[in-house]
Amino acid sequence: MSVGIETASHKAYTEGETTGIPMGKIGIWWFLASEVMVFGGLIGAYVLFRIANGGWADQAEHVNWRLGAINTLVLVTSSLTMILALSAGRSGRHQRAANFLLATVLLGLTFLGIKGVEYSREIAEGFTPASGMFWSFYFLMTGLHGIHVIGGIVFNATLYIAAVRGTLWSEHHEDRLEFAGLYWHFVDVVWIFLFPLLYLA
Amino acid sequence: METAAEQHHEAPAGFVRRYIFSTDHKVIAKQYMILSLTMALIGGFTAYLIRWQLAWPETDIPGWGPIGPDNYNAIITMHGTVMVFFVAMPFLLGAFGNYLIPLMIGARDMAFPRLNMMSFWTVFTASVVLTISMFVPGGPAAAGWTGYAPLSDNPIYTGVTWGQNLWILALALEFGSFLMGGINFLTTALNMRAPGMTLWRLPLVVWMELTAAVVFLLSVGPLIAGALMLLADRTLGTGFFRPDRGGDPLLWEHLFWFFGHPEVYVVALPGFGIMLEVMPVFARKPIFGYRTMVWSTIAAGLLSFIVWAHHMFVSGMDPRLATPFSVTTILISVPFALLVFSMIATVWGGSITLTTPMLFALGGLATFIIGGVTGIFLGSATTDIFLHGTYFVVAHFHYTLFPVTFFGGFAGLYYWYPKMFGRMMNETLGKIHFWFTFVFFNAIFIPLFAVGTHGSPRRIYELSSYTYLQPFQYLHVIATYATIGLFIGQLPFIVNFIGSMVRGKRAADNPWDANTLEWATTSPPPHENFEHIPVVYRDPYEYSVPGENEDWIPQTRPEPQIVYAAAD
Amino acid sequence: MFSNLLPPNVSTFGGDVDHTFWMIFWIVGFWFVLAEGVLIYSIVRYRKGSTGAGTRAMFLRGDTPRQLAWIFIPVAIILFLDLAIDRAGASAWERIKGEIPPSDVTIKVTAKQFNWNFTYPGPDGKFGTADDITAENDLHVPAGKVVKFELQSEDVIHSFFVPELRLKQDVVPGRKISGWFQSDIPGTYEIACSELCGFGHYSMHGTVIVQNAKDYSAWLHDTWPTKFAANSASVKAN
Ligand code: HEA
Ligand code: HEA
Ligand code: CUA
Ligand SMILES: [Cu+2]
Repeated sequence: MSVGIETASHKAYTEGETTGIPMGKIGIWWFLASEVMVFGGLIGAYVLFRIANGGWADQAEHVNWRLGAINTLVLVTSSLTMILALSAGRSGRHQRAANFLLATVLLGLTFLGIKGVEYSREIAEGFTPASGMFWSFYFLMTGLHGIHVIGGIVFNATLYIAAVRGTLWSEHHEDRLEFAGLYWHFVDVVWIFLFPLLYLA
Repeated sequence: METAAEQHHEAPAGFVRRYIFSTDHKVIAKQYMILSLTMALIGGFTAYLIRWQLAWPETDIPGWGPIGPDNYNAIITMHGTVMVFFVAMPFLLGAFGNYLIPLMIGARDMAFPRLNMMSFWTVFTASVVLTISMFVPGGPAAAGWTGYAPLSDNPIYTGVTWGQNLWILALALEFGSFLMGGINFLTTALNMRAPGMTLWRLPLVVWMELTAAVVFLLSVGPLIAGALMLLADRTLGTGFFRPDRGGDPLLWEHLFWFFGHPEVYVVALPGFGIMLEVMPVFARKPIFGYRTMVWSTIAAGLLSFIVWAHHMFVSGMDPRLATPFSVTTILISVPFALLVFSMIATVWGGSITLTTPMLFALGGLATFIIGGVTGIFLGSATTDIFLHGTYFVVAHFHYTLFPVTFFGGFAGLYYWYPKMFGRMMNETLGKIHFWFTFVFFNAIFIPLFAVGTHGSPRRIYELSSYTYLQPFQYLHVIATYATIGLFIGQLPFIVNFIGSMVRGKRAADNPWDANTLEWATTSPPPHENFEHIPVVYRDPYEYSVPGENEDWIPQTRPEPQIVYAAAD
Repeated sequence: MFSNLLPPNVSTFGGDVDHTFWMIFWIVGFWFVLAEGVLIYSIVRYRKGSTGAGTRAMFLRGDTPRQLAWIFIPVAIILFLDLAIDRAGASAWERIKGEIPPSDVTIKVTAKQFNWNFTYPGPDGKFGTADDITAENDLHVPAGKVVKFELQSEDVIHSFFVPELRLKQDVVPGRKISGWFQSDIPGTYEIACSELCGFGHYSMHGTVIVQNAKDYSAWLHDTWPTKFAANSASVKAN
């Protein structure tokens, strides 16, 4: 059988590279596709609902758009540091890459911190998930997003540790940095949608 | 995520690593199969309770006792949920998808073996959660498998508290599990193919498992969101689906059916795929219109995303939406007609041996056609005004789900059993099992079509509470006798399935003279599946090729000139 | 021969529903018989051996236009028939669920676990006035008149289903859903709730009592003893 592998009709075969695209990448893309559908369903429902029910302006005005804007800035920056970490890793400057990873993690934590402040204020003012449809959507969507942020932070933190230990910089594991990046950008993009829809609209 | 390519290549030593927390797709496939068959016992038992209640409402149910209307609703809810999510999906996708995809494409394992293990243990947890929910105070969920709000949303309407929450949790876990599974299927089939295994040389069942995985991946998201919203309504005081809090019950229906309709094809396609693997082998004939079938499958998958509102014609949604959705719905008969006709053309002019797997495949096709065409009655919004929510719907979906789940599933089970367990199953017992199943299945659900056309609502605890239906009680009695027959018919299977593992005669590597790659390795295949990764030279269905003296050519048989090239 | 499959139809639009039903019945029936016929024929005719020992299966890969014509031509016909079904269905649907024709009687239907309440505007023809009358589970309507109903639910989703009228409409809490029907055949017809609504779903009965003008006004007579004349006039008027 193995003789077949050398025959003219087939290029030399290495397992798991039929398409040439790294497996993890295919996996993460499909994962993100399904995630898009989750948030897509939620956002779609929210938008249609809000239009159908005349805007809920009275409820929406109580969110703190300033903190929201700051958080947007924080998350976008963290996406940037993630990219820098990746390119640094690619060009073999591992220390630098590790630092940028750390930055990304810290920015992620900052985001959560600010979000926490927002939540506690709102709840103090008496706005809970039960205070009307706007607040129901607000808490559900930001909450679900928050969980994704936590997941991303954990993912990135493990990579940071691996980076410092140097175990990240092996042939197979290096592209994990890229997958983490893809995921983190997704989390960022979701927020880019949530911010205007929840804070500005 | 560590991939198969990176894994070390010896079989794991300990029992636990080898049989419980195994990362071997073959072991995981068997775990899925055991899980689904065990759940089928629950699904079957609930069916028995339902049937007995409907036939003889006044009598206690042997082996159970009396059931009240509220228990009845809980029982049908559990029956539907268990059968669709914990029998059909683990059986057709979990068991066969996991077992076949790597073997048929010539891979050593799934792309992400650990993820694969996680998928199984997640769905296992889900089924445990669902089973527990049957025993919590307040009883199990009783809002139907479709969980329409506000019935499912506000406990005061059913008295069900934790049962419904656990039901939501079980579904959420189930969805998560099959999302991971789907990602694995796709990555594996895209990237782990053996040399020469082009997409156009994939066996049809692989194509269909993949289409199913994609359809599932892209349709389940909104319902995951919906499940969170429903849970929030029940626990956090939100009101997404509760009018009294400004919510809208129809939102749930849309979220459920946007997934729910694609879901039924997620179940149907793998069932079709299995029948399509079996038919050419026992007709000794190539698939008729391989590419037509692939395109039809993809077309059906795409169409399934734009038909969901056919479940909601009379739901109170804008009536102007009905006609567009009718058109798309009825249009689906085109790809399905292509599939069905090609299947018939595959059998036509063959040299047919009616082994047990072949009987189940043919029986599945013959019965599915009934389910399919009755879908057209429902697809027309006008006739659905009368038929919606009646037993006609119940008969329709059993005539679609049962053929793919059990005829398709059993066809595959009898066909691949020798490969999975290294032993042959008993043909006589198999044939008895088939004829009981075939005859009694039809005897159950043909009468139920009539119950429906006479205007009986579904999910009713006692038909005779409506005077206009009392004359038709006898139809329910027939269906129930038939159900008992169907159950008796499963005993030879259980005996055969378990008995053959020890008594069955040892299976040859390729007992059916089949072409696809799983038959090119030993029965059962070694850890890592293949001695050497096979090389694929031809299409999967080259049977009875003119000029060949054998009537089959395995995919691994080199083209003559290549043999020559390799020789010198 | 199957004609007794459906309950007798007593509404003016029920005929359209039944017509579409039978149209689909015969179309898919034909293809069903054809498909099963060819399948069974093939299985019997091409059993191994039955074609004489040693005969091989045909080598048909269905990859040439000539072979594919065998499935694509039938499917083209099916596509055409699909559209015919759509046409018949669409016009009937438009008539039944589209614009509500000018009505003679308007009745508020309120569904709740587990019964039906029917509110009549009373002689003054207005809802929410003292002379409104609410009847439980019995819906009296005049024969030969367009009856408009407004469905509302107090709790969960129910479905207002009257088989003989070929009428079904879900009742959704938080919405007011209107519809209509007309029956020219006096009689008593059962209402069967056909959306799961709780443990009492199976027994959420009701009856539609279609009465000729005389009986109907008689019923009105003992429902609204006073101001009867004015009221019966308002009904007979159109
Ligand atoms: C495997 C599962 C499965 C499959 C494959 C199908 C296939 C189809 N289903 Fe079904 N369906 C269900 C499972 C399935 N369904 C379930 C579970 C429900 C109920 C859920 C609930 O409420 O609990 C349901 C309910 C359901 C409804 C809602 C009924 C109601 O509640 O009012 C409708 C309405 O359009 C529908 C239509 C169809 C159609 C048009 C097809 C088509 O795909 C069928 C296409 C196939 C053919 C047409 C046969 C092959 C073609 C020929 C032999 C050629 C001749 C054909 C013609 C001339 C048209 N189905
Ligand atoms: C795949 C899906 C599936 C399957 C296979 C079945 C199978 C059966 N169903 Fe089910 N049914 C549903 C899905 C399914 N059902 C759904 C979704 C609903 C709607 C629920 C709702 O309204 O919310 C429903 C509702 C439903 C009703 C309507 C209840 C009502 O509306 O009031 C009825 C009534 O007759 C019924 C009966 C049956 C019967 C008699 C079977 C029989 O065919 C069952 C036969 C049983 C077996 C074949 C299993 C035997 C066991 C084995 C083979 C395992 C062997 C074990 C080992 C080897 C270890 N079902
Ligand atoms: Cu009301 Cu069912
Ligand atoms: Cu559907």
